[in-house]
Amino acid sequence: MKKSWILIWLLPISLICYVGNVLAETPEEKGLAIAIAADKRDAGFETQTAEMVMTLRNRQGQESTRYIRTRTLEVEGDGDKTLSIFDRPADVKHTAVLTYSHGLEPDDQWLYLPALKRVKRINSRNKSGPFVGSEFAFEDLGSQEVEKYSYKYLRDEACGEWECHVIERYPEYEYSGYTRQIGWIDKAEYRVVKIEFYDRKDAKLKTLTYSGYQEYLDYYWRPDEMFMVNHQTGKETTLKWSNYKLKTDISERDFNPNALPRLR
Amino acid sequence: MSVFRIRFSRLCLIFCVVSLTLIQEVIADENSKGVWSGYISGQGRGFWQSPQFDDQRDGDLSLAVEPEYYKDWDNGLRAITFKPFVRLDSNDPERSHVDIREAHYLHVLGDWEWRVGIAKVFWGVTESQHLVDIINQTDLVENLDTEDKLGQPMIETTWLQDWGVVQFYILPGFRERTFPGRKGRLRTSLVIDTDEEEYESGAEERHVDWAVRLKTQFGPVDLGLSHFSGTSRTPELQPVLNSNGGVDLVPYYGLIDQTGIDLQTIVGNWTLKLESILQTRKGRDFTAAVGGFEYTFYGISESGADLGVLSEYHFDDRKQDAVTGFQDDIFLGLRYVLNDAQDTELLAGGFYDFDYSSKSVRVELQRRFSDSWKLESELQMFSDVASEDPLRTFHRDDYFQIDLAYYF
Repeated sequence: MKKSWILIWLLPISLICYVGNVLAETPEEKGLAIAIAADKRDAGFETQTAEMVMTLRNRQGQESTRYIRTRTLEVEGDGDKTLSIFDRPADVKHTAVLTYSHGLEPDDQWLYLPALKRVKRINSRNKSGPFVGSEFAFEDLGSQEVEKYSYKYLRDEACGEWECHVIERYPEYEYSGYTRQIGWIDKAEYRVVKIEFYDRKDAKLKTLTYSGYQEYLDYYWRPDEMFMVNHQTGKETTLKWSNYKLKTDISERDFNPNALPRLR
Repeated sequence: MSVFRIRFSRLCLIFCVVSLTLIQEVIADENSKGVWSGYISGQGRGFWQSPQFDDQRDGDLSLAVEPEYYKDWDNGLRAITFKPFVRLDSNDPERSHVDIREAHYLHVLGDWEWRVGIAKVFWGVTESQHLVDIINQTDLVENLDTEDKLGQPMIETTWLQDWGVVQFYILPGFRERTFPGRKGRLRTSLVIDTDEEEYESGAEERHVDWAVRLKTQFGPVDLGLSHFSGTSRTPELQPVLNSNGGVDLVPYYGLIDQTGIDLQTIVGNWTLKLESILQTRKGRDFTAAVGGFEYTFYGISESGADLGVLSEYHFDDRKQDAVTGFQDDIFLGLRYVLNDAQDTELLAGGFYDFDYSSKSVRVELQRRFSDSWKLESELQMFSDVASEDPLRTFHRDDYFQIDLAYYF
């Protein structure tokens, strides 16, 4: 008899607590919740291969182009393993970069130099450095683990034809070139639409825009194009993606630094 | 006779590769296409000091081509590679040479990989000297820095594991080191007669060498252990009378056993590197080591350039008898990487010999122009070279070199 009395009282109290909690969810908690949801939404692709054409454009409009093939291996409980193999420019053909991302810990990174047949471990401390002369820093292209940032939900707003969450995130890993980033992420499918990057002096540095999203395996969304503009230098970099293959048959052995010399 | 035999064994290998190509044409799936790539380059070298020896010139022009044919099938688990190399030099016939850098077949089966044919292998971690690296012979006429290598016939067996790799090598067919001829700069005072080489092994250049290597990664550490048994890649130069009554040097290739270790780790902005070898041969054992660091200042310019500061110390317990000349030397260097669209990179380094007080300085600059052209230039200077130092022979051979290459 007594027990049911307690239950009767407990139910509304807990209900009030729950509602209160939801109402009291801080912008930080909401931002993190969205980041976790977005991460979950994209999980389970296991492996991915894709081809990328990277076009660098300077303020004078001069262009140079790189052709890169990428292979990604999803690692549960740790950052992904990524392999990038260069096809062009011809003088760096077969050069490869292998990265084991590790969330907050420094990544492991190896560079393969085909002319010397040398596999060289490189320092991944260079997160804010430009990737092959482009406007993309190493940290922009690396695996985006949830724990790499802290978050703050800002607002919801329309983003093109979609409705977006707008979230600010702050790098928690060392040696980032940014104080913060503001991201627009679509509420329905958690597709990243736009990211603004703010440099260490908190001045707006770059804007990255994603476009041409397509659905693969009836579930995973991938953009056809990523466009980065540097507001401070006027330089631009476009990544055109093609030939996405997810859950594809690639060997885990290809992500062994000792296998780099035979990979093409 | 020996020249003929080498040519013959090379012919055999070429034949093998060609026949493999044909066989695989039959069995290959239609998706895989063979690909040609490579470069053609024009090179000019200028020496601004008057030469030490009569036949030498103040400069030379040369042309080099290195095409590569590659074809794979079965998702890259089977592949053939063919990469010949030719250099034509305006001045030194010994520097004009042809080599097959690579001509091999790759076969991957589970954790095991086999490579059969002529190939190139690199071992080691340090920058200013490659002590542990021994599989391929140095193509010394290409460059004094010993980074250019001749193709080595081999059967390579690789066992790939999560923790690292174990590799076994059977190396039939020895490659002699190339040396500049009478007309070439950067030569020894006595001319090296590469047609009269001598071997410790009765089998001469047909002696079958073997090697084994283990490479492992744990955390931020890369560790390599290796052992090589066979004909030394580094000859001793012995004076002999030539047919004109003068004295030439003849390369003598001894039999050695060499155990090596190479270690690299990254701590913050520091990269720490060490290589060491223990070499045993009849009556003479020695140890040598090279170790040091590279400290990198990241993003030092607005555009994100990096500056690396390098230093490596060289030790050899043969002391002044060390044929390498790296017995008690220090290397200091700077690496400036612009991280720009042209991949511009500047490397400047110098050696100081504590025993002889000799100095040598080298500056290398490389930059790509458009997407297919690349310019590499190199400045090498020697100064205060003591008369007993092995470097003495180059003391009037400071040079500036420009390479313009078209890549395809």
